Amino acid sequence: MKGIISLFITLVVIWLLLSGHTNPLLLSLGLASILVTLYIDHRMDVVDKDGQRVKYPLRMVTYFPWLVWEMVKTNIAVARMILDPKMPISPNLITVKTSQPGDLGKTIYANSITLTPGTVSMSVDGDEILVHAIDKETADDLMTGEMDRRVSCVVGEC
Amino acid sequence: MQLVTDILSWFFLLSGGFAVIVGSFGLMRFPDFYTRLHAAGITDTFGAAAILIGLSVQAGLSLVTVKLVLITLFILLTSPTSTHALAKSALHGQLKPLLKEDGGASSNT
Repeated sequence: MKGIISLFITLVVIWLLLSGHTNPLLLSLGLASILVTLYIDHRMDVVDKDGQRVKYPLRMVTYFPWLVWEMVKTNIAVARMILDPKMPISPNLITVKTSQPGDLGKTIYANSITLTPGTVSMSVDGDEILVHAIDKETADDLMTGEMDRRVSCVVGEC
Repeated sequence: MQLVTDILSWFFLLSGGFAVIVGSFGLMRFPDFYTRLHAAGITDTFGAAAILIGLSVQAGLSLVTVKLVLITLFILLTSPTSTHALAKSALHGQLKPLLKEDGGASSNT
């Protein structure tokens, strides 16, 4: 029930922000579409039962700025390589262990790896992620496991 | 106040545009498919995000800004997914990545 209510509130906020309309006809149409969405989510069984997922966006608030800062740093590093006349790249493949037990943690981790230029996650197999790194430095950055630890905090095991 | 937002938004717009140009330049310079993915990553992440942030600063506090911020978030969610899909299908298609052979201590695959 908690999950349904939080989903309803989220949908109402998103609908109001995206439409900006306040006349009764459109509001009731919006309410109808939200109810249909809730019904479909209930039928698909994707509503979280105990309201645990409400916490994820809140924990993202601390993870996201760190990720943005990492993105800016690696972006500058890769841009340097592109503009360098000698093009100092040394691509290699590395396997990174992930400590994430759940699918959500793995998804966030693999997505974050790809989001920072210089590393692309190529395949996820069990708790191992095959990563293509553009040079030694970005690979070493990943091997320290800092990102893995921070993702653990997002999904709640830290 | 107008001047501050203008400077801020132009800073983001210009650095985003620069990132897109650098990314496409790298797309042509880099030697193989996998390294080109990294160059395209600059265009995807920093280029697109910086341009959208610059536009939302220009739009001020309005519903348009909310939409622009949502677009930024969705781009940051979907572009790594599509990059991963490309890399994975290339790997399954037996495309061998170009690797640096000397001193490859960390290339244990």
